[in-house]
Parts: sequence; C-alpha cells; structure tokens
Amino acid sequence: MADKFDVIVVGAGPAGTSCAYTAAKAGLNVLLIERGEYPGSKNVMGGILYRKQLEEIIPEFWKEAPLERPVVEQRFWFLDKESMVTTSYKGLEWGKEPFNNFTVLRAKFDRWFAGKAVEQGALLINETVVTECIVEENRVVGVRTDRPDGDVYADVVVLADGVNSLLGKSLGFHKEWKPDEVALTVMEVLNLPKKTINERFNVSDDQGVSVEIFGDSTQGLLGTAFLYTNKDSLNIGVGTTLSGMIKKKLKPYHLLEYVKEHPMIRPYIEGGETSEYLAHLIPEGGYKSVPRLVGNGVMIVGDAAQFVNAIHREGSNMAMSSGKMAAEAIVRAKELDDFTERTLDSYRKELYNSFIGKDLKKYKDVTHTFEEHPQYFTDYIPMMNKAANSFFTVDGSPKKEKQSRIIKSITEGKGKIAVAKDLYRAWKVMK
Amino acid sequence: MEGDEIMAKTIEEKQYLVRFRCDTKSHLEVKDENVCLTSCPDKDCTIFCPADVYKWEGDRMHVGYEGCHECGSCRIGCPTDNIKWEYPKGGHGIVFRLA
Repeated sequence: MADKFDVIVVGAGPAGTSCAYTAAKAGLNVLLIERGEYPGSKNVMGGILYRKQLEEIIPEFWKEAPLERPVVEQRFWFLDKESMVTTSYKGLEWGKEPFNNFTVLRAKFDRWFAGKAVEQGALLINETVVTECIVEENRVVGVRTDRPDGDVYADVVVLADGVNSLLGKSLGFHKEWKPDEVALTVMEVLNLPKKTINERFNVSDDQGVSVEIFGDSTQGLLGTAFLYTNKDSLNIGVGTTLSGMIKKKLKPYHLLEYVKEHPMIRPYIEGGETSEYLAHLIPEGGYKSVPRLVGNGVMIVGDAAQFVNAIHREGSNMAMSSGKMAAEAIVRAKELDDFTERTLDSYRKELYNSFIGKDLKKYKDVTHTFEEHPQYFTDYIPMMNKAANSFFTVDGSPKKEKQSRIIKSITEGKGKIAVAKDLYRAWKVMK
Repeated sequence: MEGDEIMAKTIEEKQYLVRFRCDTKSHLEVKDENVCLTSCPDKDCTIFCPADVYKWEGDRMHVGYEGCHECGSCRIGCPTDNIKWEYPKGGHGIVFRLA
C-alpha cells in the first residue's frame, strides 16, 4: 500500500463511497477505509433511496444496482388507538424510468456501491477502524488506524464516519450531540412471500409502497414509524428523538412491538418471519446542528455532518450529494495544489447553495418546535380521527350540525386562541 | 407454523437473529462504577438501550457489549456522561446482513 494518497475517505457508506467514486473517477489516488467486515455491515436505514442524486453519480444505476422495488405509492397514516386517517399518492409514472425512489436493503446496496468506487480505481480497505486524524501544524495530514503500522497519509481526509462522527468531535468540529439532536430508530426485516405482499399492498412484483405512520405509533412522541415493501420482505421500524425516548422511559423494542401489534398495522405484517433486528441513530438536529464542515486538509460529509431532512425522510441522497461535492472541491484543490481550508471551502459554499443547505434551512426549527409542542402528535392526531369518525358515522343528525359540533369540540377543549396559535406555529416552521 | 411463532417478540428473540463477530475486549466501559451506584437513580441506559446491553445488578452495571448495535445512544444519553464508547476493533462487533 502506498504511504501517501491524494484522498483518504473514512467510511464506505453513501457519503464516503460517493466521494471516493467521484474522486477516483477524476483520476485521484483514493483510499476508502471501512470499519465493518464489508461496506454496509454497520449501516442501517429505513430503506428509501432516491434516484436523482445517485443518478448524478452513476447514470442509469437502476439497471445494475441491487434495489428492492421502485416506490409507486407513498401513504401517510395518522394513527389513533383503534382508527386512522390516511392520505396517499399513487402514480404509475414512478414505476417507470427514470423512477422517483426505491426501497433498498443497505447491506447489499452499500457493498455494490463501494464496488463501483473500486472499479473507478479507489482502494477499499475493510475491517479497519480509524482511531484518530493525524494533525501536523494545524493541518490534517493523514489518519491513524487500528492496524499495526497503521498510519496513512493524504492531502485531504474526508470524514464520512457516520452519525457518531467521533473523528469530527475529536477535531473539535462539533461537540457531543445532545439527545434531542439524534433519533433512535429500531427496525425489523420481516420475510413474507412476494404474492402476499402484492396482495396486501395492492401492487405487482415491480411496484413498491412506502408508509409513514404518525401519532399513536410513537405514543405521542416526536417521531414516526414506517413500513416499506421490499421484494419478498417488509421493513418495519419506529424512531423518536433519543430525548423523547429517555423522558418517557420507553424501551425502543417495546415501542416497536407496540407498532407491530397495532390493530391498524398488524394485518399488513401478519405471518412475517423476522430475519433481522437493527438499531441506529439518525442525525436530526438539522441546520443548527451542522458542524464545521471544512478545515485544513479535512472535510465532513453525510450523516457525520447532520445532513438529514427528517420531514421528508431524506438522508442518503444528501449524503451522496455532499460526498460528490466534497470530491469536486478536492479535484479543484488538486489543480491548485492547495489543500488549505480556504481552498476546500468551496465545498461548504456549494453545499449551502444546493438543495441540502436550502432544505435544512427551510426546516431549521421543525424538530425543536415539535419537541417543545407535543400537542401536534398527542392532541391533534386523535382529534383528526374523532372528527372523521363523527363526520362519517351516520347517526341521523344533519351534517351541518355535525360540522359545528366537531369544530366546537376542537376549540372548546383548547380554546380558540390556542388552536389558532398552534396552527400558525406549524405553518411558520413548515413554510 | 403459526405466524406468531416466527415473528420475534422479545429482545432476546430479536438479538438472536443478529450476527455478531465479538471481540474479546469490550468497546464500552463505565468510566466510574461509583457514579452509577450513587448519582444515577434512574439508570436510563438500562431502559433506552435498543439491545439491552446495560443491566443493573444491584450494585454494579453489567455491560453486555457482545450484543451492542454500536448506535451510540448510551454515550449521548448517559445523564452523567459516564460511558467510554469506542468502535470495536476493525471487522468486529455487529454485522448487519440485510438492511
């Protein structure tokens, strides 16, 4: 192994692999270091991969990538104890090229993706933990690994070390995350015959469904549950802020069982055989939690930089774009032979001008607001259910009377002003 | 087989399905045992850890690092910042096969 590379990327997830792929393709000498047995073996996600950002890296990737199903329907369920209000969009155009998003199983996908970076010339080393960045004269010049004689040097080190980003923390780029900046999520993969999935979700073999579940699925906590269709399995999971989980003294796997046993959900998963159980943190601090992104000889990408849009469940796409942008900045720096913060900073500027910076900014107060005001989950979702129930139950009373009774029951309980305030607050943080 | 029997319910059943390549040395360490005993009445880690790694044994914390998912919750959620948290040695620890 060469002692010095152009780029060392720490972590072969979507962000790190995108960076390694792009840099290697541009002719740079890239080392991609992964701590797991293989790329993907430490990585977890609910399962939605967006097409657009990966397509910008590998055109027509869907022709060869190990994907599960293209999603043709996105459902949203607002759950009460024994009822739900639902909404959805189904569009057959999402089932055809170029598609919108896919369900994926990450252990398979990440392995394939890292293989593509290797095809471009990146050197992938698995089973290796980077224990620290080597810093000389206020500049990152390489990494120390847990292998014997494991120091490796490079012009630039890219930290794609995931949500915990111990390396970013040790460089002082961010403090330890607080429990309300991360969401603890647990999930199971349930095997079910393809035919059963198709029948239950009303789709064919090459069509998938995603379901986002709010309300009783998190027992009023800020978070969501989800149910996604793979080829012949389902991913079912639930996550809430770690702070919420701690405050409510909830065991995450009990919450998952609660979701699985919920009378609105149970029929969809009945008979499923659990094949894996997974836990992971999602960085959900948003715009205000984004750490310092660039230093002399070092950059941060993906989950390590808190690039997640929790409202739209986007993360891996942001990871990929950020990795690509970092690589492009490194290519420019290489032409100038200057790897100082000032030159690499073009990554930060581009990132904040892209959909990543703009979307994070748009929703910068969402997590905090909903965490501080749990009534959206605890009060309004049950109210929606009660309103629908009373409106659609034929009991002989005239509809107009029902309408005013429903509105009265909402405003009387909380007061008209409080309701107006809640609506305004929600509109303000989401607009 | 009845459907109920193949769906993992308890944490023990769930953990049984996960592949681990255990190191002989723990990557998790309680920094000061005494802090758990005297300054932490709620012992939140024994509740929120998704893999049931932490178990209070009356006077000390048992750390079953072998079943750790390496999520990081305990390090961030410990109210007394009393957990030293590292990654297991390269190639060791949890090995996700699917998602």
